Amino acid sequence: MTETEQKKMEALREYMHAVKDQPHSESNLIGVLHKVQQIYGYLPREVMDEAAEILEIPTAHIWGVATFYHYFNLEPIGKHVVSVCMGTACYVKGAQGVLDALKKELGVDIGGTTADKLFTLQEARCLGACGIAPVIMVDDKIYGELDTKKTIDIINRYRKADAAETEA
Amino acid sequence: MSKTITITINHKEYQVEPNQTIMQAADKLGFHIPRLCYHPKLSIEGACRVCIVEVEGMRTYVASCAYPVSDGMKIHTNTQALRKARRDIIELILDNHPQDCHTCERDGNCELQRLAASMGIRARHFEGQRKRYEKDLSSDAVIRDPEKCILCGRCVRMCSEIQQVHNLTQAHRGFHTVVMPAYDMPMGESVCTTCGQCINVCPTAAFVEKNYTQELFEKLNDPDLVKVVQFAPSVRAAIGEAFGLEAGLNMEGPLVAALRKLGFDYVFDTQFSADLTIMEEASEFLERVQSGGTLPMITSCSSAWMKCLEQFYPDLIDNVSTCKSPMSMHGAITKTYFAQKKKLDPKKILSVAVMCCTAKKYEAARPELLVDGMRGVDLVVTTREAAWMIKSAGIDLVNIEPEEPDHPLGLSSGAGAIFGTTGGVMEAAIRTAYELYTGETLVDIEVASVRGLKGIKEGTLMMDGKEIRVAVAHGLGNAFGLLDLVRRDPEKYHFIEIMGCPGGCVGGGGQPYAQINAIPLDDEVLQKRAQALYDLDKAKTIRRSHDNPDIQKLYKEFLQSPLSPVSHKYLHTHYQAKRPVGIIPKKERKQSGAAQ
Repeated sequence: MTETEQKKMEALREYMHAVKDQPHSESNLIGVLHKVQQIYGYLPREVMDEAAEILEIPTAHIWGVATFYHYFNLEPIGKHVVSVCMGTACYVKGAQGVLDALKKELGVDIGGTTADKLFTLQEARCLGACGIAPVIMVDDKIYGELDTKKTIDIINRYRKADAAETEA
Repeated sequence: MSKTITITINHKEYQVEPNQTIMQAADKLGFHIPRLCYHPKLSIEGACRVCIVEVEGMRTYVASCAYPVSDGMKIHTNTQALRKARRDIIELILDNHPQDCHTCERDGNCELQRLAASMGIRARHFEGQRKRYEKDLSSDAVIRDPEKCILCGRCVRMCSEIQQVHNLTQAHRGFHTVVMPAYDMPMGESVCTTCGQCINVCPTAAFVEKNYTQELFEKLNDPDLVKVVQFAPSVRAAIGEAFGLEAGLNMEGPLVAALRKLGFDYVFDTQFSADLTIMEEASEFLERVQSGGTLPMITSCSSAWMKCLEQFYPDLIDNVSTCKSPMSMHGAITKTYFAQKKKLDPKKILSVAVMCCTAKKYEAARPELLVDGMRGVDLVVTTREAAWMIKSAGIDLVNIEPEEPDHPLGLSSGAGAIFGTTGGVMEAAIRTAYELYTGETLVDIEVASVRGLKGIKEGTLMMDGKEIRVAVAHGLGNAFGLLDLVRRDPEKYHFIEIMGCPGGCVGGGGQPYAQINAIPLDDEVLQKRAQALYDLDKAKTIRRSHDNPDIQKLYKEFLQSPLSPVSHKYLHTHYQAKRPVGIIPKKERKQSGAAQ
């Protein structure tokens, strides 16, 4: 375990011990899982084991909760999360074409992460930007009025920025 | 008596007790409302909606398993609209279910199939989306088949509420919900203790035992093998149910005859090695008492319990008797003493065990139990599998002429017989330990305090002025409760018996499926099976293990004495802590409410 990882785990343990002594500590499980995802980006198995021991909740139960909510990632995700809006407006304006283009360009299916760990592709319901449909969201930034070419351009911009960052 | 209330069912008024559900009240009045996810020993899930009834004034139908009766309530259980609604619910379940009844292991004793028949479903109107999942074949004992699962959740509740192992959960959601261990781990790597209680309560074939019947039929036809079989005490007390006989008939004689007809050369009785286990275990106990060894000593016959201990109570490993289970002792003696006596090459012996238990399949594969590099027991089949084989081979178990087991591993005392029920091992051990310790014969050999279905039982016994305190638990949830007491107060007991299944082996995970309209693991059925073993004990002239002449002969000719080096080599084993993948909480568990 690297030093950063140890620090992450320490922070998490502290949090879990703090919520454990509160009344109905079981109901804090979702809060703990949120914290785990905030720290790691997903729910690593070892961390769920640790949570089971500290919170005294069976791992099977934790797994049930973790898999119930789409919000929780069970696999490590890419540096950037690309969400394609499949809401009604976007769908009518060609979201399926945008999604297909992304699947092809990134070489992954919905929920998949590229081999270089740069992108995770997701589907979203309405993102509330119907006026500029079809839209995608990369991390927390919205891009609208897309077609296939514009979509690929956006992806390439992120690739370029990441390459520059790596060189620097 | 509390005040009764008036309810109306199907236009007729009844006086009933308050504080019960509609289903409970209706049951007592002779209305059997159809049901699926409900089980009286488990918490109420209300998931399947099969048990809906109409209550006048309610906007929708209510689930009778969960809805309490109230004064003046007008209930209808069988209106045309209700019948149609119930039928639709079952049809919708069937739409997602594989339609392969004729090749399914539960064909003929599937609750879903029975419900469909009773609803009068005679045509299929819809073709729903199918679930596609691989079978989980990783375990030596318990197979999980999510395609057959209808998500009633009985297995999950059994595993977490009664057994308290918490291996199973309903993961994901909606149509994609699957019952699985944590992290979607294979059953074989999970904390599953292989007790098989999920199989007992599953209404379909989503959980079944690993089936060895085809392999066994193959081997029974191999002319180079000498086929030897042993069968557990509680198999004889339950197998009749698989043939439509009432619960609690002792089928020992017919079973022996049927096993011979199946092609076994020697039919032995695990009760013989139960006697052998008592010789070793009682001696080990006395040695611990006399030389200040680790107490309380805990019995080691139940294989699901052993896996449980290694995973969740590794700190108590020293407390567990080193004795192998009767099945594994029998296997060891078969491949050594018996082989020598009959001048057989042990490698040419096929050693088979018919067990009430799924966990015995796991036990038989444990590497710690190898006998001179060989498996003591080569194949384990459950009571259910044996019943199927007997039927499949065209043997009429019900009308067959009873036969006696073979010698030298077939004669047993009454103490060996009661091994199959909770408290039986303790009672058998007391009968022998008392005599070995005091030199006197215990006159009152029926130990009432350790009999019955109470979750945790206690008793005391005076041996030469020394008070011996014993305790018995059945069902893993109760075992946890008892062991937590031991952790708190190690002096509290001297000797503890634990059986992993509710009721002990009579309620094993390999016993026949519940009969039509019977409840799986019904207490009355468990008690009848246990009574069959107590009656068997009572009818025997020899009721103490050390009085069994064939056991005495075995020691004289082969083992020398209990706990001798030969005994240790072949009859004892060891355990090691297992850190499972998946952690159970360390906090003290609540005692299982159901098996009290």
